[in-house]
Amino acid sequence: MTLDMFIQHFFNALTLGSLYGLIAIGYTMVYGILRLINFAHGDIFMISAYFVFLGITVLNLPWIPAVFISIAATALLGVLTDRIAYRPLREAPRISALISAIGVSFFIENICLVLFTGVPKPMPRLEALVTVMEFGNIRILPLAIFVPVMTTILIAGLLWVLYKTPPGLAMRAISRDIETTRLMGVKVDRIIALTFAIGSALAAAAGIMWALRYPQIHPFMGVFPGFKAFIAAVLGGIGSVQGAMIGGLILGFMEIMIVAFFPGLSGYRDAFAFVLLILILLVKPTGLMGENMEDKI
Amino acid sequence: MKKNTKLALNIFCLALLAAFLWWAQDNLNGYKVQVLNLVAVNAILAISLNLIYGFTGMFSLGHAGFMAIGAYVSAILILPAAQKEMMYILEPIIWPFSVMHAPFFVSVLAGGAVAAAFGLLIALPVLRLGGDYLGIATLGFAEIIRVIFTNITPITNGALGLKGIPGYANLGWNYFWCVVTFYVIIKLLSSNFGNCLRAIRDDEVAARAMGINTFKCKAISFAIGAFFAGVGGALQGSLITTIDPKMFNFQLTYNILMIVVVGGLGSVTGSMVGAVVITVLLEWLRFVEDTMTFGSFEIAGIPGMRMVIFSIALLFIILYRREGMIGGYEFSWDSVAKRFGKKGDA
Repeated sequence: MTLDMFIQHFFNALTLGSLYGLIAIGYTMVYGILRLINFAHGDIFMISAYFVFLGITVLNLPWIPAVFISIAATALLGVLTDRIAYRPLREAPRISALISAIGVSFFIENICLVLFTGVPKPMPRLEALVTVMEFGNIRILPLAIFVPVMTTILIAGLLWVLYKTPPGLAMRAISRDIETTRLMGVKVDRIIALTFAIGSALAAAAGIMWALRYPQIHPFMGVFPGFKAFIAAVLGGIGSVQGAMIGGLILGFMEIMIVAFFPGLSGYRDAFAFVLLILILLVKPTGLMGENMEDKI
Repeated sequence: MKKNTKLALNIFCLALLAAFLWWAQDNLNGYKVQVLNLVAVNAILAISLNLIYGFTGMFSLGHAGFMAIGAYVSAILILPAAQKEMMYILEPIIWPFSVMHAPFFVSVLAGGAVAAAFGLLIALPVLRLGGDYLGIATLGFAEIIRVIFTNITPITNGALGLKGIPGYANLGWNYFWCVVTFYVIIKLLSSNFGNCLRAIRDDEVAARAMGINTFKCKAISFAIGAFFAGVGGALQGSLITTIDPKMFNFQLTYNILMIVVVGGLGSVTGSMVGAVVITVLLEWLRFVEDTMTFGSFEIAGIPGMRMVIFSIALLFIILYRREGMIGGYEFSWDSVAKRFGKKGDA
């Protein structure tokens, strides 16, 4: 493989990895707090692309406002799913909330199927981001630089919220011990709603950038990125934001590089993530950055 | 209640079921017979998942994988050699798969056995994991199986799948296997082994402290669950006569999990009820996707509407009746006798 090609693959992997990481953060934050695999997260990711699509084609909005409205609407949807489908089940066995999440996921996917049909819609793209740049033999999209930069900014912002603001402190406290945090006077439900809002907003950002990179949007486009992002979250150590990002990057690089170096394996591409997951769970069940959790007796 | 009375009641019920199926075969239309078939297959799948999750407490999302194994093994065994030769157009089928042939009963058994072998194989590494991690690992296993089946074209015919599988799975076979599954699992659960499984579900550490070989029990339970999932997959393949890897995606597992949860975790009869209700509901809801006419108005059918309504119904059940429809209650002759005020011997 030539260096030029390697650089192109590197940027592809960086883009994919950043997007996995952004989605993974939503999983990891919700799991860290509620111990719930939010199966609907991949669909939240999907719907953000449809919101942008609607904003541009139906409301005739320019690109930038459409993006912001989509992110806000997606965040609101995330909060709504928590309010309607998860909050009533806080005291219930965990499987109930999980089934509820699956129900929400089915609902979002199929309502999109009803509203937008199963035919993929072309995502309107911002020309500036998708005009190919050439450096000698290397051809990359500005998007390949925009995505990692945007991701870095978003993560920095999230870490600031988590470690420097009172709601962030409350979030970290809830993930340690929800009952004690409640006793300390924290309005737990409000903080959980905020967690869903942040996670969904990040998923929306990822969804929009994903749709720019792969400009075909359809109701089931969130399923596989959702699974892989969850794997990224487990890989990095569930509950850890930095871990989710690292897990996402590892997964992105692995997928692109294995196919780049061993083209014969491209058919197995979707299985890599799961093989890696099973291996990592066997070697280090709490993930790379996860804290050890002892079995409570 | 006396043992002989129970036996008589059981035989009576079986006879009633047989009579009903006999009648249904001749008097109901093809579509209704198909729904009855699906009920039996779904009941097998739900009971097997209930054994793994509801009774042993292992959160497994790998059912679609076991079903795929069962369906493919059985299909390859019952397809005639000439038909296989013709169907594999991407790459020719390799020996010995090209000449293998077996009667339907043996093929279903083989499908279950291979699925059980795979179940044991993955049980060894992943059963050390607990809770959600086990769920994700088994989900991963099912996805890996699906991807492998898409890619080993000389054996599975890749993404094209297998078509024209002989439709041996009629009402008789399906309900035969359904009754077998029901009987085996009930016997298993009422044995000491069943008590071990429940002990593991309720508190694994305590179970180990009591001297139960928890790993062995879990592995056996997992393999038996996988066996019946394979059987269910094999029957389903023959029932709808065509299979391809895409069919066995995670949605299939979710559907079965839903049946189990809606029927009630940890109740075999609950799974039966769940299978009937969910299967019939899913089929009945097809009417919303048809074109409807109200007087002179005509509403075009909306594809996808069925699943929207279904998902809302599911959310309602889980939010307002989370213990499932019959809520962990197990139907038995003793409980019926008690209900009617007769004194049970037990």
